[in-house]
Amino acid sequence: MTYVTNGNLAVAAEGGKIDPMHQFLIEPVLGRPWIVGGYDLSFTNSALWMVITLVALWLFMLGGMKRELVPSRWQAAVEGFTGFVQNMLISNVGPEGKRFVPYVFSLFMFILFANVLGLMPVGIVPGWHPFTITSHLTVTGVLAIISFSIVLIVGFGKHGFHFFSLFVPHGTPLPMIPLIFVVELLSFLVRPFSLGLRLFVAMTAGHILLKVLAAFVINGINLGPGYIAIVSLPSFVLMIGITLLELLVAAIQAYVFALLTSVYLNDAVNLH
Amino acid sequence: MDANAAKLLGAGLAAIGMGIAALGVGNVFAAFLEGALRNPGAADGQQGRLFIGFAGAELLGLLAFVTMIILVFVA
Repeated sequence: MTYVTNGNLAVAAEGGKIDPMHQFLIEPVLGRPWIVGGYDLSFTNSALWMVITLVALWLFMLGGMKRELVPSRWQAAVEGFTGFVQNMLISNVGPEGKRFVPYVFSLFMFILFANVLGLMPVGIVPGWHPFTITSHLTVTGVLAIISFSIVLIVGFGKHGFHFFSLFVPHGTPLPMIPLIFVVELLSFLVRPFSLGLRLFVAMTAGHILLKVLAAFVINGINLGPGYIAIVSLPSFVLMIGITLLELLVAAIQAYVFALLTSVYLNDAVNLH
Repeated sequence: MDANAAKLLGAGLAAIGMGIAALGVGNVFAAFLEGALRNPGAADGQQGRLFIGFAGAELLGLLAFVTMIILVFVA
């Protein structure tokens, strides 16, 4: 018997051993890897869920991009998202921020859809395993590196080597300049790591928590009625609450990623 | 001390960091609300800064979590 809840396929009933990391395993969808010339090119569950995210996003945008004069509900929803991202960029970067709306919008929507799809209860269908692509540092790290590269390209392209004045705030006393420069440079270089790490760890932590609680529910049920009352039921109620919290975290992390990207773009466009 | 026991103890100690980060996150929102209720007109304009502060406080808690996971599953 397998017990399915919250989009996480919980441990098999007879096992009893909690294995919260199994859900993050990347494996080929078709069962065995497809090796070409020594490289593993298999279509993995990670790739599958990226495609699902892309299709969901595409359908969502397709329904709202009809450009009707009187917006339908769907178009109003899409315009809500685009307006949200545009406001965020204009208030953080200024009028020049409009150039970055396409990038930040794609980033925000991809992360949001990936996070929320990872929480969907698709595990109810036997044999289906939900997978949160943003729970891997490789994915979030690459997103962070893209953001950081755009900041560097915009910064150096617009200001040339004057971009380095970003690391020396106005009015720094002369003897302090070498120290401040090093500190500011370090804080600048650490940005892509903190950007990628935050999203990845927030997603991983939430899914581990849900899986551990799900295992408590199963193990309590297996141990008998007394344990159901004191372990399974409270854990299950807690899971419902945590799931709602995770939905909030999924949205907040997508927002924070887009917000920090626009703050960093502001540094590149306007210096200090 | 047994190496495995030391690892698990370290992971438990790292969990303290997450609790303290929870205080930090609470502090960010408490200070925001305190200011926002005094001057509701200025509150909406500061939401971006609110979330930047939240992200900073949260990141440090998540780093404690990473330490924990590395100790239990990797080290």
